[in-house]
Amino acid sequence: MIEIKDVTKIYKTGDVEFQALYGVSFTIRDGEFVAIMGPSGSGKSTLMHILGCLDTPTSGTYFLDGKNVASLDDDALADIRKEKIGFVFQQFNLLPRTTVLRNVSLPLVYASVRGDERNKKVEKALFSAGFDRSHFLHHSNQLSGGQIQRVAIARALVNNPSLILADEPTGNLDTKTRTARL
Amino acid sequence: MTFADLFHETIAALSANKVRTGLTMLGIIIGIASVISMVSIGEGAKKSIEGSIQGLGSNLLTVMPGVVQPGRAVVSAGRGSSQTLKNTDAEALRDIQGISAISPELNRRFQITAPTTGFNTNSTVIGAEPDYALVRNLITDNGSFITAPHLRGLGRVAVLGPTAATDLFGEEDPVGQSVRINKMNFTVIGTLQKKGSAGFFNPDDMIFVPLSTMQKLLSGDDYLSTIAVSVTDKDMMPIVQQEITALLAERHRVDLESPDFSVISQADILGTLTQVTTTFTLFLASIASISLLVGGIGIMNMMLTTVTERTREIGLRKAIGAKRRDINLQFLAEAVMLTFTGGLIGILLGWLVAFGVTKLGIVQTSVSLSSILLAFGVSGAIGIIFGYYPARRASNLSPIEALRYE
Repeated sequence: MIEIKDVTKIYKTGDVEFQALYGVSFTIRDGEFVAIMGPSGSGKSTLMHILGCLDTPTSGTYFLDGKNVASLDDDALADIRKEKIGFVFQQFNLLPRTTVLRNVSLPLVYASVRGDERNKKVEKALFSAGFDRSHFLHHSNQLSGGQIQRVAIARALVNNPSLILADEPTGNLDTKTRTARL
Repeated sequence: MTFADLFHETIAALSANKVRTGLTMLGIIIGIASVISMVSIGEGAKKSIEGSIQGLGSNLLTVMPGVVQPGRAVVSAGRGSSQTLKNTDAEALRDIQGISAISPELNRRFQITAPTTGFNTNSTVIGAEPDYALVRNLITDNGSFITAPHLRGLGRVAVLGPTAATDLFGEEDPVGQSVRINKMNFTVIGTLQKKGSAGFFNPDDMIFVPLSTMQKLLSGDDYLSTIAVSVTDKDMMPIVQQEITALLAERHRVDLESPDFSVISQADILGTLTQVTTTFTLFLASIASISLLVGGIGIMNMMLTTVTERTREIGLRKAIGAKRRDINLQFLAEAVMLTFTGGLIGILLGWLVAFGVTKLGIVQTSVSLSSILLAFGVSGAIGIIFGYYPARRASNLSPIEALRYE
C-alpha cells in the first residue's frame, strides 16, 4: 500500500532552485500495476526515486505499508530498500567484471541471507528471468543487451520485494516494463 | 554483510586491477621490509657489541690510571700514560670483600719476531698473572697459560693469542718454539682460543708474558697499566667499585672527587655503546618509516581513485540496501587487505635482507619478534588511517547522485 500526499521536491544547485514535483498525491493498493507517464523532465524519475526510498521529498508525506518513510534517515531508508523494494534502473547498473550469479546475489549479501537459502533464491530469480545454469558464471561484460536487462530484473526480484520499480526500461520485455505493486 | 561476503568482495575488487594493486602494495612492501631489515641491523649491532663486552670477562671492574670521563669510557686511546698504579695497589685490593680474583696487568707494544719462520709483528705484550685467564675469560687452546712458578722465577715464557700466533708462525704449531720480544728469547708455552674483537680491544692479537718478567726485563719499571677485578656477584659491583675507589684514593692520598685513577665497570662501557647503537637503530628506523609513510600515501591515492571510479557501483550498492557502514567497511577492508598483504610480504622480504646481510658477513643481524609484531601493527594501522578518508567519502555519497555519476 503506497500513499503519498502533497509531495514536493525542490533541487538546489548553488543559488538556483528547481522544483521537480508540485504537490503530488495518489494511492496505490497492493497488487496494482501502475505506469507513470509524462514528457521528459516532468519528474517521473524524481517520483520513482522517492517511491524507491532513494530520496526523500522536500515536503509532504509518503506512507509505505502504513509507515511514514518521508522522514527516515539514511540507514532506515537502506533497510526499507533492502527488504521491500526491487529496483530496475534505467541503465541497469550491473557490477562490471562480475558474474551473473554474483550480481543477482548482491541484494541478499546486504540482506544477510546466506548459504542454501541464498542459492535457492538466486537460482529461482535467474530461472524466472529465463536463464539456465550455463549462464550463471558469465561475466556481466560478456552479456548481450537483453541479457543485461534480464539480470537486472532477476536482481530486482531476488529478495521477493513487495514493490518493484522499473525506471524506463526501454527494452522489449513487455510484462515487466511497468511500475508494479505485487 | 557476513565476513565471508566482505572477504569475497575485497578480493574481487583488488584483483580487478592487479597491476595497480601490485604497485600500490609495493610501496608498503618496501616500507615494511626496510623497517624490518634496518631495525634488525641495528639490533644485531647492539647484540654483537654486548656480546663482545660480556666476553671480556663477567662482572669485571677495570682500574686504570688517569681520569676517564664517564660516558667517553675507554675510547680515548691516549689514556694510561700517567703511571700511578703499582703492584702494592693490586695487593691492597685483595682485602676488599666481594672480589673473587684480581689481575694486575702491564701492557706495552713491542716488535716481536719468530726466528724459526722469520715473521714479525708489532703487537701488544701483556704482563699478566695466572688469574688473568680467569678474570678475562680466556681459554687456552693448546699448552698452558702462565703459572705461579713462571711468575716467581721470572720465566721467559709467552702465551700467544690466535691472531698473533698465525702472524708469527702461520699454520705451524707455535708451542715449544721461541719468539723474540725486545731482543730477548721467550718460549711459547700455549695459545689461546679465538675470542673475537671488541672493537677497541682485540684479545686475539696479544702476547702474554709473566707480569714479573714484563716489569723487570721488558719495561723496566714496576707500574701497572690496568688492574682487572672480578667481582663475585653482579649486585656487588657498585659497592666494590666504591670501596676500590675509596681505598685507592686513600693510598694515593688524593681527593675522592678528583682521583688520579678510574674504576670502570662493564655497565659503564655497555651503557655508552648501547646509547650509540640505540641512536643508530633509531636513525635507521626513522629513515625507513619515511618510506612507509610514502607507501601509505600511495594507498590513500589509490583508494581515492577507486572510489571515484566506482561511484556508480557504490550508488547501486546503496540502492539495493547497503548501509553507510557496509560501504565504509568494504573500502576500509580493501585498504587494510592491501597493507596487510603488503606488510606480510614486506616482513618476509625484510627478513631475507637481514638474513642476506648476515650471510654476507656485513653485520650480524637479529630480527626480533617485537619488530615483526610492530610491522604488522603498523601496516594494519596504515590501512585504517589512509583508508578511512576514502571509505568515508564513498559511504557519504548519495545513492542517486552516485548512480547518475558519469
